Amino acid sequence: MTELPNVIESRELTKSFPGILAVDHLNFSVRKGEVFGLVGPDGAGKTTTMRMLAGVLTPDSGGAIVSGFDIVKAPESAKHRISYMPQRFGLYEELTVDENIRFYAQIFGVKAAERDIRSTQLLDAAGMGEFRNRLAGKLSGGMKQKVGLVCALIHAPDLLLLDEPTNGVDPVSRRDFWRILYSLLDQGVTILTTTSYLDEAERCHRIALLHEGRMLFCDTPARLKENMPGAVLSVVTGNPRGISELLDGHDGISSMMIVGDGLHLVVKDASRMISELHSIITSATVPFDSIEQVTPTVEDLFVEAVKGNTKGNEK
Amino acid sequence: MNWDRLLAMAGKEVIQIRRDARSIAIVIAMPLIMMLAFGYGVSFDTKHIPVYVFDMEGSQQSQDFLKRFQSSIYFNVVKAVDNYPDLIRAIDGGRCQIGIVIPPDFSNNLNTGKTVRIQALVDGTDSNSANLGMSYSRAVVQAYSQQLQLQWLQRQGRTNIQPLVAVDARTWFNENLESMSTIVPGVVALVMAVVGTFLTSLTIAREWERGTMEQLISTPVTPLEIMFGKLVPYMAIGLFDTCVCAAMGAWWFGVPFRGHLSVFFLGSIMFLTVVLSMGYLFSVVAKTQLAASQISLIATFLPAFLLSGFMYPIDQMPAVIRVITHIVPARYYMAILRNVFLKGTSIILMWQDFAALAIFAAVLGFAATRVFKKRLD
Repeated sequence: MTELPNVIESRELTKSFPGILAVDHLNFSVRKGEVFGLVGPDGAGKTTTMRMLAGVLTPDSGGAIVSGFDIVKAPESAKHRISYMPQRFGLYEELTVDENIRFYAQIFGVKAAERDIRSTQLLDAAGMGEFRNRLAGKLSGGMKQKVGLVCALIHAPDLLLLDEPTNGVDPVSRRDFWRILYSLLDQGVTILTTTSYLDEAERCHRIALLHEGRMLFCDTPARLKENMPGAVLSVVTGNPRGISELLDGHDGISSMMIVGDGLHLVVKDASRMISELHSIITSATVPFDSIEQVTPTVEDLFVEAVKGNTKGNEK
Repeated sequence: MNWDRLLAMAGKEVIQIRRDARSIAIVIAMPLIMMLAFGYGVSFDTKHIPVYVFDMEGSQQSQDFLKRFQSSIYFNVVKAVDNYPDLIRAIDGGRCQIGIVIPPDFSNNLNTGKTVRIQALVDGTDSNSANLGMSYSRAVVQAYSQQLQLQWLQRQGRTNIQPLVAVDARTWFNENLESMSTIVPGVVALVMAVVGTFLTSLTIAREWERGTMEQLISTPVTPLEIMFGKLVPYMAIGLFDTCVCAAMGAWWFGVPFRGHLSVFFLGSIMFLTVVLSMGYLFSVVAKTQLAASQISLIATFLPAFLLSGFMYPIDQMPAVIRVITHIVPARYYMAILRNVFLKGTSIILMWQDFAALAIFAAVLGFAATRVFKKRLD
């Protein structure tokens, strides 16, 4: 990626709520024109970070420059240039799709002619063209999110802040949603999204893994996998729980995770462990289909990283 | 302040009100129902007090006397009983409020010039109407004895008898002393205090509750634009409701409207500014629709009902309470409305009420602009 000015520069961004340090001295930057993903489990501080960047929550300390404006000194200035889609999107249920779009267009000062062109384009891209006159309250979850995205894009923002945009959205709408997001990149839009779907994290250019308010890693998914210490073994089995109990505490296995078709293990020495596991599992007579080394997924990466860090951070 | 954004807010609000059944109910049904309920339900006139009579004598004279009660609009002779226990049961059961007992020696004493004693049993549970009932019965009895005395004097050959002192009372503004005329302007003020606050108390809280607020505060819209965008439609609705209530007062309840419309509108706009700002403040602070509507009901209905001079005259209140009534905005609006309906005096004579409303409008309006922050924390 070429060196372009950063659209977001977060410097020691910190926010706590009674009893919890939600965001802990967070440093990261988002480059112009990339899709950047904040990834982490619930409670990792993703939403709090997003809210501070959107200028709806004040940081306790630290700060960030968003679209060239300081969110602490001038929280309102960036709001013209960005678009924020909270988890519960702000569609007015008593308004139709068109009326919602018109409302947000007016709020952002979009001219009527431009609004009509853009809304037609965006609605068609979202496959929502025929629902213009439907009340927003009568749309399905996926449709709501897509209309939400159309409203968020009506003023052609430079930066799109999306908080769990595809949560509870069906796979088809999710695909539509990402297709629209990618098409925005051609127009130079920068996207910061949070997700707890780790498969979705793979679609981002770069991701930051958040855990308990801190950033564990930040890089492209490919490089993160490359640099992951150890290797991932996939044990395909119908009884992952049995095998995980069998291997619990075994030397050389740094983490285990139950996946769809069995078990993922993170180990130091792949070839040695494969033969070792074969004999252990066979002698215990637990049925399994295969053991082989696989490319790590973001999920593997995350589980391994969180494991190491949670221990170190226990208070 | 950007007009486009303000209009966007106002337009959105209007669509929301139009499509939300509950909003429509508050805007249209609430004022009508309250007007009817209070217009008919609250009456300080005591008429047609139910009376039972027990005539122990049953003579021509005693019956003649009882007809006096029957023909009075203040009494309604429900039933004549022929024993004491029946009369007691009627009072106990609330079937009558007054029981009149005529002694067996009624005409005998009357004709022999002795004082006749009539017994009146009064149900004192409602002391107000009991008092009224007693004084009305005294008046009936007095008129009867006066007539007897006159007849007696005439039989003595005296004619052209005049009462010694007479009051020549003339009531102004409410000629027939109908309490309806006092109540209806008060009801309009009461209704608008409640409805006005209620209208705006939901708007901000609804945005918080539905989650649309987080989106809204991430846009360039300013707090002032949000506030005016929300208040402008409700001001229009509030004025419409006030006119409906006033029209009902004038045409349905037949209360005269003697003042100038401009005074009526000026007072109403000022009062609406006060109550709409108040509702808006509650809405910002409460953050949920339920809490906001409860706060606004308690904060407006009770003071407007009890401390505004609607139920009890302010100058009859204990000094401490009288001081408190000064912070009830409905008090001033009620005074203005009574004036506009019944007296029609010039606005200059009401300057104190208008000044008080202006102060409330300025303070609450200013507070409303300050209290809302475009922040989640």
